[in-house]
Amino acid sequence: MILPTPSQTVGPFFSLGLPWSDGPYAVPEDAPGAFWLRGVVVDGAGEPVPDALIETWQADPAGRFDHPDDPRGAVATPGFRGFARCPTDAEGRWAIRTVRPGPVPGPDGTLQAPHIDVSVLARGLLDRLVTRIYFPDEPANAGDPVLSGIDPIRRPTLVAKESDDGLVFDITLQGDHETVFFAF
Amino acid sequence: MAEWITPAPYRSDVEGEQPPLAVPTYGSTALRSPRQPLVVLPQGLTELTGPLLGEGRVGALDHDLTRQHEGEPQGERIEVFGRVLDGDGRPVRDTLVEMWQTNAAGRYRHAGDRHPAPLDPNFTGAGRAMTDGEGRYRFVTIKPGAYPWRNHHNAWRPAHIHFSLFGQAFTQRLVTQMYFPNDPLFDQDPIFNSIRDPAARQRLVSAFDLDATTPEWSLAYRFDIVLRGREATPMEDA
Repeated sequence: MILPTPSQTVGPFFSLGLPWSDGPYAVPEDAPGAFWLRGVVVDGAGEPVPDALIETWQADPAGRFDHPDDPRGAVATPGFRGFARCPTDAEGRWAIRTVRPGPVPGPDGTLQAPHIDVSVLARGLLDRLVTRIYFPDEPANAGDPVLSGIDPIRRPTLVAKESDDGLVFDITLQGDHETVFFAF
Repeated sequence: MAEWITPAPYRSDVEGEQPPLAVPTYGSTALRSPRQPLVVLPQGLTELTGPLLGEGRVGALDHDLTRQHEGEPQGERIEVFGRVLDGDGRPVRDTLVEMWQTNAAGRYRHAGDRHPAPLDPNFTGAGRAMTDGEGRYRFVTIKPGAYPWRNHHNAWRPAHIHFSLFGQAFTQRLVTQMYFPNDPLFDQDPIFNSIRDPAARQRLVSAFDLDATTPEWSLAYRFDIVLRGREATPMEDA
């Protein structure tokens, strides 16, 4: 076994190397069911974080991943990438274009509610932060093994809210409404 | 549908080998590090898969930062190369490696960089490469410079190159920095020293490799990158 390379901050100037023009598109713009998922990243003083990068990874509407380790076979959605990345702007805002994923098998034969995994990278974060986006009005949330394990007071930080053209998911790095972050 | 086996999970971080999120000597962590403990997320298919990027994204000259403009950039020409491996020593093949850095004078080509050092019209400072079947990658660039930042009195960042990797799974995602051997600025840099285990810290330092230099052309530094390995090798079908 070899020990892993340690993480370091992405720094404030990652926009030289990481963003792409089509980065925010997990699906083609006009994919059936596509919507905008938008949010703001704020710090412990409630100030927007203008130098963060948001990355998302998710299953397709059938609950399949575009990856050979998904033992159920290839994704069924043409043009589906499942990955998006978007830097925050001067007001801390980010947005990705995506579709709602299907439910995904969990450990021990359980079914996980539809969700999107998120990485948050920024100056001042020596390692990325990981969170999850769940969907509002999703009956499967009640039985989701991850969501059910979270303190009910903090659980709403993991659930997106409806908006005019899609969904909103704000990320609070620190403080009273701090987003739940995960380790694995 | 055939019966299927969940892929084996990836190993968790070991104490001291990864930086803590709150580091008092690194000012920007003060308002950005979560105060609540991280919640352990069981590794399901979302975490055991990940974006396989690169196909169609890397141009022929993306790995050579000295040939992205009409003229040659100023500075000490270097090759940076190595292998991307997982924690079991297996090569991570066909994976995207992204990198970015300052120019030779220690300035990023970025509107937010206020260091009064010259910009180089022939240097952007970003590169992309794919690993080959053995997990190898290679960049041609110039040695980045040190630069001051306002973290503490007379704070200077050691010369470094930022690296970004995805591996094969969401759990393997890594953003790190490569440093150069024997840098006199190591001792006062809170970002480098955020890795508390001195042996782990040294894994961020590249090795000068005289044998890999190109005579009368460029010096060479080797930087091997190790992503998390699996907990256990999945059982082969009987």
